[in-house]
Amino acid sequence: MNLSDFTHGAYIAGLFGGLLIGIAAAMFVLLNGRIAGISGILGGLLHAAQGDKFWRIMFLLGMAVSPYLYQIASDLPAVTIEADTAQLIIAGLLVGLGTSYASGCTSGHGVCGISRGSIRSIAATLTFMMAGIITVYLTRHLTGL
Amino acid sequence: MLNLNAFVVGLLFGLGLIISGMTDPAKVIGFLDLAGTWDPSLAFVMAGAILIGAIGFTIAKKRQFSLLGAPMRLSSATKLDARLLLGSLVFGIGWGLSGFCPGPAVVSAAAGQPKAWLFVVSMLSGMALYTLLERREK
Repeated sequence: MNLSDFTHGAYIAGLFGGLLIGIAAAMFVLLNGRIAGISGILGGLLHAAQGDKFWRIMFLLGMAVSPYLYQIASDLPAVTIEADTAQLIIAGLLVGLGTSYASGCTSGHGVCGISRGSIRSIAATLTFMMAGIITVYLTRHLTGL
Repeated sequence: MLNLNAFVVGLLFGLGLIISGMTDPAKVIGFLDLAGTWDPSLAFVMAGAILIGAIGFTIAKKRQFSLLGAPMRLSSATKLDARLLLGSLVFGIGWGLSGFCPGPAVVSAAAGQPKAWLFVVSMLSGMALYTLLERREK
């Protein structure tokens, strides 16, 4: 496969989905005054005060309903998970720990943080993108895990 | 109202992740695979999201309270410290290893993918471990 095999459809879908994510993030900060950061919303379920939990559950419930709403209009896009059980467990732990220390992930830093021009979020995004690229290079091209 | 809006935003966010292709780990790894058959379409996701997000945050930054009267909770931190950078590094390794970041993993788990559940449970364990380590420090 080469670059020309990726149809325009994937770019348009990417842009459209991105715009929707942007609308969601803008709505959340303008109406709720909060950052739509998924790792922060999840992490808060574990350590936030009792009164600071219900909105998190509602947000996650909305996310959980989304594939079922999508299915009314069309089949869900294919999901291919190449990682094996051990890799998924290790990756999950790293993502949980890493996003907790970094106070954010792709949504909180990558979308919301960059949108508000935060230097910390720009640095975080560059760092996790580089780490992801190097990890894929090592596992796919050097060791063939 | 705030809780209802949280639900609506979660729903839109999830739909955006599904439509954009972010919920497919193989596609995410294809985006990170610069040395292979690089699939740049996910760069459009970020561009689209930031385009609209920037408008929202530009307005939000000037306000002390949200349109629904909630306090505006935006971080004022500017320091690039080891926690931020090492945390992001560790997150990026996990992301590259699996193709999952937190949002898409939650959506895929909800859609009934057993492997996504495994990832989400493991991720929550990582977050719980962080909470434990932080408590011990204090």
